[in-house]
Amino acid sequence: MIHSLFLVNATGDIFLEKHWKSAVSRSVCDYFFEAQERATEPENVPPVIPTPHHYLISVFRHRIFFVAVIQSEVPPLFVIEFLHRVVDTFQDYFGVCTEAAIKDNVVVVYELLEEMLDNGFPLATESNILKELIKPPTILRTVVNTITGSTNVGEQLPTGQLSVVPWRRTGVKYTNNEAYFDVVEEIDAIIDKSGSTVTAEIQGVIDACVKLTGMPDLTLSFMNPRLLDDVSFHPCVRFKRWEAERILSFIPPDGNFRLLSYHVSSQNLVAIPVYVKHNITFREGSSQGRFDLTLGPKQTMGKVVESVLVSSRLPRVVLNANLSPSQGTYTFDPVTKLLTWDVGKINPQKLPSLKGSMSLQAGASKPDENPTINIQFKIPQMAVSGLKVNRLDMYGEKYKPFKGIKYMTMAGKFQVRT
Amino acid sequence: MLESSKESLKLEAMKRVVGLIAKGKNASELFPAVVKNVANKNLELKKLVYVYLVRYAEEQQDLALLSISTFQRALKDPNQLIRASALRVLSSIRVPIIVPIMMLAIKEAASDLSPYVRKTAAHAIQKLYSLDADQKDHLIEVIEKLLKDKSTLVAGSVVMAFEEVCPDRIDLIHRNYRKLCNLLMDVEEWGQVVIISMLTRYARTQFISPWKEDGVFENSEKAFYESDEEKRKSAEETKPYAMDPDHRLLLRSTKPLLQSRNTAVVMSVAQLYWHLAPKHEVNIITKSLVRLLRSHREVQYIVLQNIATMSIQRKGMFEPFMKSFYVRSTDATHIKTLKLEILTNLANEANISTVLREFQTYVKSQDKAFAAATIQAIGRCATNISEITDTCLNGLVLLLSNRDETVVAESVVVIRKLLQTQPSEHSDIIKHMAKLFDNITVPMARASILWLIGEYCEHVPKIAPDVLRKMAKTFHNEEDIVKLQTVSLAAKLYLTNSKQTKLLTQYILNLGKYDQNYDIRDRTRFIRQLIVPSERGGALSKYARRILLAPKPAPVLQSAFKDRDRFQLGTLSHTLNSKATGYLELSDWPPMAPDQSVRNVEVAEAMKEWSPAVGKAKSSKSDDKFYSDSGEEEDEQAADSGSDEEGGSEGSTRTPVSLSSEAESENSETSEDSSQSEKSSDSGTGVKKTTTQKNKKLQQAKKPRKLVSVCDRVCVCVCQQLSSPVFVPVHTYELLHRMTGKGLAAQYHFSRQPCIYDDRMISVQLTFSNNGDHTLENIHISEKTSAGQNIHCFSPIECLEPEKSVTVSMGVDFNDSTQAASFQLCTKAEGFNVSIQPAVGELLLPVTMSEQDFSKEQVWGAVFAAKLVSSGALVLVCVVQKDSGAQLTVNTEKTIIGSMLLRELQTVLSQGS
Repeated sequence: MIHSLFLVNATGDIFLEKHWKSAVSRSVCDYFFEAQERATEPENVPPVIPTPHHYLISVFRHRIFFVAVIQSEVPPLFVIEFLHRVVDTFQDYFGVCTEAAIKDNVVVVYELLEEMLDNGFPLATESNILKELIKPPTILRTVVNTITGSTNVGEQLPTGQLSVVPWRRTGVKYTNNEAYFDVVEEIDAIIDKSGSTVTAEIQGVIDACVKLTGMPDLTLSFMNPRLLDDVSFHPCVRFKRWEAERILSFIPPDGNFRLLSYHVSSQNLVAIPVYVKHNITFREGSSQGRFDLTLGPKQTMGKVVESVLVSSRLPRVVLNANLSPSQGTYTFDPVTKLLTWDVGKINPQKLPSLKGSMSLQAGASKPDENPTINIQFKIPQMAVSGLKVNRLDMYGEKYKPFKGIKYMTMAGKFQVRT
Repeated sequence: MLESSKESLKLEAMKRVVGLIAKGKNASELFPAVVKNVANKNLELKKLVYVYLVRYAEEQQDLALLSISTFQRALKDPNQLIRASALRVLSSIRVPIIVPIMMLAIKEAASDLSPYVRKTAAHAIQKLYSLDADQKDHLIEVIEKLLKDKSTLVAGSVVMAFEEVCPDRIDLIHRNYRKLCNLLMDVEEWGQVVIISMLTRYARTQFISPWKEDGVFENSEKAFYESDEEKRKSAEETKPYAMDPDHRLLLRSTKPLLQSRNTAVVMSVAQLYWHLAPKHEVNIITKSLVRLLRSHREVQYIVLQNIATMSIQRKGMFEPFMKSFYVRSTDATHIKTLKLEILTNLANEANISTVLREFQTYVKSQDKAFAAATIQAIGRCATNISEITDTCLNGLVLLLSNRDETVVAESVVVIRKLLQTQPSEHSDIIKHMAKLFDNITVPMARASILWLIGEYCEHVPKIAPDVLRKMAKTFHNEEDIVKLQTVSLAAKLYLTNSKQTKLLTQYILNLGKYDQNYDIRDRTRFIRQLIVPSERGGALSKYARRILLAPKPAPVLQSAFKDRDRFQLGTLSHTLNSKATGYLELSDWPPMAPDQSVRNVEVAEAMKEWSPAVGKAKSSKSDDKFYSDSGEEEDEQAADSGSDEEGGSEGSTRTPVSLSSEAESENSETSEDSSQSEKSSDSGTGVKKTTTQKNKKLQQAKKPRKLVSVCDRVCVCVCQQLSSPVFVPVHTYELLHRMTGKGLAAQYHFSRQPCIYDDRMISVQLTFSNNGDHTLENIHISEKTSAGQNIHCFSPIECLEPEKSVTVSMGVDFNDSTQAASFQLCTKAEGFNVSIQPAVGELLLPVTMSEQDFSKEQVWGAVFAAKLVSSGALVLVCVVQKDSGAQLTVNTEKTIIGSMLLRELQTVLSQGS
């Protein structure tokens, strides 16, 4: 399975390597660098690269390439999924997953990688188990360790590893017992030039933060479970119960976790909460272009559209943009041609707009495509699909937990073609 | 610092050493100093030393040996974590000398109490195998042992070891197949991936194809499949396809995993369904795959590749989700091209207009490579769907005025391909292209235009020589590919219009003759010989026209994913489209189903554990004696039954007592007690052994056949525990006589396999045969009359030719009564009332029960246990030796069944003697 792992930063240096079988020379990465050079953007590096003796499978996250070296047939998704899990674990441990963070905690990283894979086969990837084996570094613990000489390596095999509920450790205790659920929905949409929807779908997740003592058994029911068309669960959810009664029944992991993610397919009608009026023109021959953009809310059920951020990559011939926003701030990077406009809240009475002119390269011909506009926004207290949690019950423990639920709608991959 | 006595200092030093390793710097000269710390008590330090050891032991083998004894000690540690990690490190240091020690350690760990240690052992197997392949046989033994392990923790790892060490030893899986299927849900996600891919291969060798001839699916079925299908068709006419219950089990147990959060698991289930499920069931994977597209970029890439392959064969699967494949401007280029590929595959007459509108947007994309790919996609759509060819062509011609060179070039190439299919109507396009020729600089496009003009020079008689004139001027500046096409254009024009172009051609041929490139020189020489009539009069020149201007077949534009389906989906080989090392071919379906009973072993095995006493008793006795014993016993029973019939008047005979009234008073458990009457004449010495043995012997069919056939109905439970139901002689009953059925005859028998429709049903196999002289159509069940009984009908048989017969299976829930299930069997013309009468034994299912449980339930001396199919109530049968006879006890909640069973058992036993 996974033979070795190389971590490569944006400038193309290998800053960490780990081998699970006999060591593979880092020169194998030369093939990777070749591919990297050929690709203009780091995103364009192909995830699977064959070399004469090995196969390189890489993922790119947080501006770091995680390159796994494979020697024989293995499902590529297996490796990719594992690498992503490694990144998630690092992020979980160090808060951020940057080159600096990894370099600072190189020993912990090594211990983690050692536990996560044995002979190239995943051993423990559940973060609860890992945290019992190797305690995450905190300032307090570092101080205590240096004074007392104790270690941050667990002495006992985590109980979760053996039990039927490997995701939860035993003996959890809290003084405040609380369970919070966030229903977050993202709208993926493509809007065409005339403002009509080409495609729109909703991707939702329910993230939970559960801090409950003991071994609670929770059930969560929905007002309208039929909306959930296609779901994937955290392993803790009892699938049979869902099939039969459309109720989520589970013993939750401790702390933060993603309970389920769902997909409301494009067959259903999706309410698009914002509209864009745009007028971007380039005139043949002249070195000026006009830019005019107005945003407005629609179908928001009276909720406020917040944290609106508009970004667009303007054509290469644009040298500079001279715009004036009615609210918020805008930046234009002349090198990457990226225009971003931080709008903030949309006030339905006074619609935000961005107007002005663009200066074009002299003599260059007019670009044949107008830029696409990417929009990000948030609408709190609303789930655009209409999903509603009915009730949450707890069994198996005596105390009364504090329960909370929050809804939120966000833009996912929301694009407007102009 | 490593030598320091202070632990914190050592730890600090080790951390730095690990830092060095991480950076890839060589730290091997510290080896001796590090190895000393291997026995340190501090766990973190120890772990770091392990990390170091594993990295460098291979280079410093002698020194590494120093640490071995520490590990051996640690292998005995009471803490399972320490045992496991010692084994991990021991097996990870690749020093050939310690192979025997490793082997020993693995064997020991394989029977460790802690599943975690056993899991580590499974991993160690692979490591040892890669170190020393000679140990294979021993390792296979360990794998076999671990495969039997019931822990979910071990399953994934051991299957991984299996795949690595002995993927061809399918026979090891048989016994564990059902267990693996059932455990699958609870195995950790990585193990699931490995097990699923192994089971896919397994199923391909063990089950027959579920893809019966439900049509040549789509249009891409390959030729060699068809011939196969043909053969199978003839075979299937006599025997319709019924899916092996184990095959169904696999599909059923993997289905929930489509909901997994792990993309690798979802993908592997998807490929399992793709490769194993009947065609109409494959569609359930679509939604899950589309969901995966929301995941990370790399995941998208792999999933899209697989979808691309699937969408070629089965458009219908993904067509409803077409919008999910629309391209966003932020996608990476390779993802855009894959999406484009899929959209092209999905395009058909109905949706082509939407697809084309999308494509129009893409063509204008700033990403020019992508725009070019779109043009190719348009070309493919245009050839596939003939209605839109004209529209596409017009669109492409418009693109010719695009400013971007790559776009124009690509359009030219695609137009050329399209024009080849229908050249005559499009001379104006060719003219237009000739006009554009001056502005186009991309060699491929120029070459394409030249070729087009040459090929269809008769349609554009005026322009062609002019183009050639221009080319002659710029010939020396052109790329090789353009030069070659110029030469062919010249040759073609020379043949069609030699008046105008003779001189030009000769000029170009002269230029070509002295070109730097040998290909061009060769071509020039060849063409000259071919077309210019020389004095020697080459034999070929007569045919020149036919050679150069032969009608050429239009190129077929097809997907790059066309031939990817030869690889198993989801594999690395599939992604790369070339065979990766260690890729295991997915075998074709076997033409005949291999013996299914190989997977039945489990029950018999449990049986062995369950009644060791019986086995021992048997072996301790010589066969001869056994025979004589039972002979005697039977004698007594024969006499006994005789006495029964006499009305129980003999004083020493105890008549059977019916306890139905008593039963109700007792706690829901009726005990029916009937003692086979004892005989005074027989001495106790001859009948030492209990009737257990006797019964067993009866089942083993050493008795006259008559007995078994009578007995098997009653003792089905017994039989199933001793041997698999496959060996039970089939007893068929008549359902419908051919005279009453007007040609249609029906027979049924109880197949004694778990019913696939419902647990509470009993599966009944019906065999219809047409004895009449006309075809019977639409045989089906209507009107299920009996109350309280559920019947799962077979799917209607569309037609049955004369002299043919067909077997179908149906499920009946008899609700634990021997009441007949009656229903109406209909053909197109008529209906017949029929009924199925179950024998009491058919209502029972064997269960395995330990001796303790049995005696807890009721009595000592466990014999047979079974449960009723519908209600699940237990039926316990016990035969006990009483001084000179035997006592037969049946315990069950259901009084009626109990008494009926008892009566039948009694008759059978007494008849047997």
